[in-house]
Formats: sequence, structure tokens, C-alpha cells
Amino acid sequence: MCAQPSPARQEASSQPPAGGRTVLDDRDIARALTRISHEILERNRGARDLVLLGIPTRGVPLAARIAERIAAVEGYDVPVGSLDVTMYRDDLRLKPARTLLPTEIPQGGIDGKVVVLVDDVLFSGRTIRAALDALNDVGRPSAVRLAVLVDRGHRELPIRADFVGKNLPTSLVERVKVSVAGPDSPDDADAVTIEDATS
Amino acid sequence: MKRHLLSAADLTREDAELVLTTAEEMRSLADRPIKKLPALRGRTVVNLFFEDSTRTRISFEAAAKRLSADVINFSAKGSSLSKGESLKDTALTLEAMGADAVVVRHGASGAPHRLAHSGWVRSSVVNAGDGTHEHPTQALLDAFTMWRHIGESKPGGLEGRRVAIVGDVLHSRVARSNALLLRTLGAEVTLVAPPTLLPVGVETWPVETSYDLDAVIPKADAVMMLRVQRERMNAAFFPTAREYSRRYGLDGRRMATLQDHTIVMHPGPMVRGMEITADVADSARSVIVEQVTNGVAVRMAVLYLLLGGSEPAVGGDE
Repeated sequence: MCAQPSPARQEASSQPPAGGRTVLDDRDIARALTRISHEILERNRGARDLVLLGIPTRGVPLAARIAERIAAVEGYDVPVGSLDVTMYRDDLRLKPARTLLPTEIPQGGIDGKVVVLVDDVLFSGRTIRAALDALNDVGRPSAVRLAVLVDRGHRELPIRADFVGKNLPTSLVERVKVSVAGPDSPDDADAVTIEDATS
Repeated sequence: MKRHLLSAADLTREDAELVLTTAEEMRSLADRPIKKLPALRGRTVVNLFFEDSTRTRISFEAAAKRLSADVINFSAKGSSLSKGESLKDTALTLEAMGADAVVVRHGASGAPHRLAHSGWVRSSVVNAGDGTHEHPTQALLDAFTMWRHIGESKPGGLEGRRVAIVGDVLHSRVARSNALLLRTLGAEVTLVAPPTLLPVGVETWPVETSYDLDAVIPKADAVMMLRVQRERMNAAFFPTAREYSRRYGLDGRRMATLQDHTIVMHPGPMVRGMEITADVADSARSVIVEQVTNGVAVRMAVLYLLLGGSEPAVGGDE
């Protein structure tokens, strides 16, 4: 959830993405997720002990799709959950109290598992820092990996992704919008677009 | 700016549903190995209790601690309050100590309002029960319990649900807060009590009233029994305790007339044998113990929404 520190993220769920330049369409996204799924399996040498945790809101449907692909390849259902990082954010005190999003840790927990965090956009890295803190209160995974659909650069913390759908060089004035169809947003078209925020 | 939670009437439907959905997330914390969240780290919550209370104080204390706030308990016994210190001087002391929120219970109706609006303190004030006036967090936890059982845990789930509140409405701050909040959430409330235990002006409340328990409960989705508050009674409101419990107590025979999904609630403390019999209190319909669990989650939600950000997300206007 580190695409923008601005309310722009909230608008991203509206569809179709009006204006802006589409950098990934639905088929690009599907291919990227398939590749990420294979990379996860390769790195982990199979699906054993994997747990996928999506960061709400858009990380959650992405994690579910990666799990579908892994199940298709390996014939093994990887536990999928969600991890809300709201209370662990470093800017919690700078804005009005925010609505909490669901955290669902799969049965069996995360102790000793390889947790793959899934988010849509990697930007400052602050969301992932918060997610690492949140994981700490849930259990002790044997390893934590990070999968993102888009890495747009401009890191403010020493954090990098293990699995990246697309590296997207951006300027700070641009906004990256991701819309993903999910249970909570069935009407959204899959797309990643860039808008110039100054216009 | 919204800063305080003084009355259930301060909450709009959106506010109330935000508290309930937040409480749902807070409740899932109970299943985790580390029952702690960092949201209120470095904030100070003072529990200022002028009246005796076990569950409310412990509940607020647990809620604040699970959110990593520092908690100071301040009760009338064993403090300078018993030496005759005024509410104002106590408030100034709290202000000097840098409290971010004051949770106040007081025997006088309106004391939290006075504390919030006098300019004595800058902190948020949460009403934890004032006299016979209001107890908004109890109403929120009752609504949350109903929401989970008969409201499908979703916004609008209590729309059109029927709730019977039975017993000593006159002395009950819980009844007033519940009536206001449940109305806000769209439920239909019926107060059932002997005429002597209904407050003056009850006809202006957004509720139905009845004197006949047997006629009301078969239609109810939730039945909330209230304690007969003998400590606040200085007159004879009913002839004998036995007659009261025969006409307004919930026993096994009356429980058999309830619908299958109907839940039985009680804000506690219960007087078994008076307003509720032991077999009802311990039955599968009874959610009385769960109400206490939910109380912690709801109070966490309230403290988080009032103190968690740069400004509160719910509550009454300044």
C-alpha cells in the first residue's frame, strides 16, 4: 500500500481507469502473475510451507490469483490470507484514524513457514516495513519474501522486492493506479495506469 | 472537532457502524498469540472512576493496554477525592499529567459532559456511565453482540430487528443509551417495565413501551434483561421482589416462548433469581459472557477511533 501517500489510492478502485496511460493491461497482468508464481515455486523448490499474505486492499486478490496458479502447477493449495498494516504505519498519527481492513491469518499460522507478502505497488517501502512489524506480532516465519505487481522506485527505506511483475520507472509527480478485479470489486478491470498528478 | 464520546446520541449511523466494523477486527486479535497492537503507543488513558465498577473498568483497562497505551487507574476510594477534592481540581491534575483520554464514570448524570466542555482538560472524554443518564460504550458492545448474532455482522444488519429491554429502565443508563443507539442502527426497541420503573418523558424516546412481558418477548430477536438497581431506589417501586420476578423476570417458562434465534442479554451485574433465573443465564441462548469479551473489542475500537489518528474519526462535536 505504498503507491502514493495521497488519497489517490482510494480513487484507484473506481473503474475504468479514466485518463492516464495504461502500462499493463489485463493480459500483461495475467502473464506477470504467472511468472511470479513460477518464480516463487522455483525459489522455494515447490509449494511446501508457503503462506501467501496479501496486503489489503489490492494485494489480497493478487495473492489469491498467485495461489490459483500455484495450485494449477503443483496441485497443492497454498494457504492464503491477508495482513492489515494500518496500525503499524509510521504516518498513523498524521491523519485521522483510519478504517481497519481485515487481517486473516490462515489456519496453521505462519510459524516456521515461508511467508510471501503480496502487494500491488512498491514505492517508498514504508508499507512493507509496517507489514514486517505486523508479521512480528503474528508469529515467526522461517523467511519472508515480497512479491509486487509493480515496482515504481523512489524507495525511502532499505527494502527490495523478491518477485516483481514490472519495474516501472516513474517520476514523483506521477501516480500509479492499479485496479484488480476481486471479491470486493468485481467490476474493476485489471489494469495498471500512470497519471500525471500535476495536471 | 469530534473528540468525545459522551452520549450514544452523538453517534451517527455511519459512526456507529464504523465502530462495529472496527470492533470486528479488534476481536480477531483475541485469537492471535500476541494480543497487542501498537496504535496508541505513548498515549495515556486515565480511568477516572467515581463509582464502583468491575467489568467496565477492567474492560477499558484491557482495551487500552492491548492498544499499547499507558493506563492510569484513578478511583474515588483511596484518592484525594475521598478527602473532598472537587471534580475540577481532579481534572486539572489529570491535565497536568498529560492524559490523552479520560474515561470517566460518575454517580452524577452529566459529569462527563461537564468535564468535556468546561475547558479544564484538553483530552478526549469517554463516558463510562454517568448516574442514570448514559453508558454509550455498553450500548455499543450490546449492539455489537446483536450484530454478530442476529445482524449478520454487516452494516444495516440490525435494520428492523426487534429488541426488548426489560426491567428497571428508570434507573438504567444502559437502557437509554441502547434505545438511542439501536434506533440509530434501525432496530425497533420495546421497553418492558412496570409503570413505576419507566422514566418520566419516556414517550419522547424513539421506542415502544409495554407493561406485559409475555406479549412482547415471542416477537423479539433479542431480549435484554436489566438489573433492578436497589441502591438507587429510595421508594417502593414494586410490592415485593417475588412479585417483580414473577411478572418481569425471565425464567425457563418464558424462555420457551422465544423464537429459536433469539438471544438473551444482560449488561451485568446479574441478580440471579430476581430479573433472570440461573437456568436462563446459563442457557445456550445467553450471550452474557460473550458481551464481556465483546466489551474489550468495542472499547478498543472506540479508543482507537478517538485517539489513533491526528483527529478522532467518531464521536460528538465539541
